[in-house]
Amino acid sequence: MNKEKIILVIDQMAVAMEKQKEFLTELDNVIGDGDHGINMARGFSETIKKRDSLAKMDAGDMIKNLGMILVSTVGGASGPLYGTAFMKAGMFLKGKEEVTFPDFLEAFACAIEGVMARGKAAEGEKTMLDAMLPAKRAMEQEWMLSGDGKKSMEAGLTAARKGIEYTKTIIATKGRAAYLGERSIGHQDPGATSFVFLLEAIASQM
Amino acid sequence: MKKFMNDVNQTENEMILGLVKAYPNDLQKLDCGNVVVRRIKKENKVALISGGGSGHEPAHAGYVGTGMLDAAVAGAVFTSPTPDQIYEGIKAIANDAGVLMVIKNYTGDVMNFEMAAEMAEADGILVKQIIVNDDVAVKDSLYTVGRRGVAGTVFVHKIAGAAAERGDDLGQVQETANKVIANVRTMGAAIRPCTVPAAGKPGFELAEDEMEVGIGIHGEPGTHREKIKTANEIVDLLLDKILSDIDYEGSEVAVMVNGSGATPLMELFIINNRVSDVLKEKGISVYKTYVGEYMTSIEMEGFSVSLLKLDAQLKSLLDEKADTPAWKA
Repeated sequence: MNKEKIILVIDQMAVAMEKQKEFLTELDNVIGDGDHGINMARGFSETIKKRDSLAKMDAGDMIKNLGMILVSTVGGASGPLYGTAFMKAGMFLKGKEEVTFPDFLEAFACAIEGVMARGKAAEGEKTMLDAMLPAKRAMEQEWMLSGDGKKSMEAGLTAARKGIEYTKTIIATKGRAAYLGERSIGHQDPGATSFVFLLEAIASQM
Repeated sequence: MKKFMNDVNQTENEMILGLVKAYPNDLQKLDCGNVVVRRIKKENKVALISGGGSGHEPAHAGYVGTGMLDAAVAGAVFTSPTPDQIYEGIKAIANDAGVLMVIKNYTGDVMNFEMAAEMAEADGILVKQIIVNDDVAVKDSLYTVGRRGVAGTVFVHKIAGAAAERGDDLGQVQETANKVIANVRTMGAAIRPCTVPAAGKPGFELAEDEMEVGIGIHGEPGTHREKIKTANEIVDLLLDKILSDIDYEGSEVAVMVNGSGATPLMELFIINNRVSDVLKEKGISVYKTYVGEYMTSIEMEGFSVSLLKLDAQLKSLLDEKADTPAWKA
């Protein structure tokens, strides 16, 4: 994926967040504080405003700066989490003009590490990690088997969507939904859901 | 949605501008964002910063002033402020005595404040933090994020602020703040929800005859929902939980009956009437009572009761003079 494609991914992410703003906010209303969609849309609309300066950077800086924009505009918990994720991925991709699928897999692993450290969270706590980690495993596995980026991405998306379904079955122990205890069962995690929309945006440009 | 507003996206900014214009000699807003600081910077004494999502007015900017906070950072409604804004606040108030961050226990707030502290520490600023978690409605467990920070936070602002103003060092102010946290418990209930301006509709629904018991300050669900009861019965329900959480027997307490934004003072006094009677019955003596709006939830119709168990040190700090828009005494 070259820089021009990455900018299109960012555009696509912003479109998706605007489109899903109400849906994500609805999900968050049930088990959180009802601002996830609003916050994500605000953050990504800011990235569009800075699109021209982002386009001048190399792939690494572009993604790192995207993270910094999110940290300073999204707020809530998703700001530091998604911000850290993109910053870590960008730092890994530093100096690159083009991102190969193996690069992407490694950058994604860095992003997940960043989210786990910042959120002090692990899999199974009803967070975005419940979509991210299965996606990572599925993509790595498919890539080993077929060496086909597109197919690997499809496998990742399928696993991430299953991850959303999985979040419906478990009790939240991190984030604001944790206050609900057992009452959080039956509801899908907004963060895991927004992650799938972002992954779809990446897939759309492959 | 019907509100006295102009542009949804300017809600927080216009609110902060209006606040500062009401107290031009005491407060100023930083140019970089919705950060309110004292007009005259405190020197050689520990500086306190707090903040969180907007929608809890007068918290937190209303507590900036002598004897309380040095800075307050206002995020979007019900959304934690971002690290860069908090960092600007820390830089504006920092002096050699260091900075104490008063954070309400929410995942987002804790992460954003910690990121800001990392940035400030890189500049050589001494920063410590305390996390307020006074809401007894939610379970406290090692395996969860713990309890929410609610109205009891205002007692932390008052008492830690007084300790800083009299010249205690950073370690002492932090210890005093933690003592308040260890001794304050809060629980609330609501009968009508609030509407986040950017969302345009209420965050939850309650039937005309229902109430949410143990509700959080963002309208988050509490322990359960049930049919509304009399004010006295609701107070008893909340006090039961609070009084069984720590041992208040024979102690002196400060009471805060806090309105959520749309509960008339008339009803808050009715509530305090019962709180006061129950405490008397149980042999708990009331040192001071605060009835009013201290930590609101936009226009939610609800209230919370906080009890702070006092000793001689906390009493003397509570009695110290404070001069802020929302707390004068």
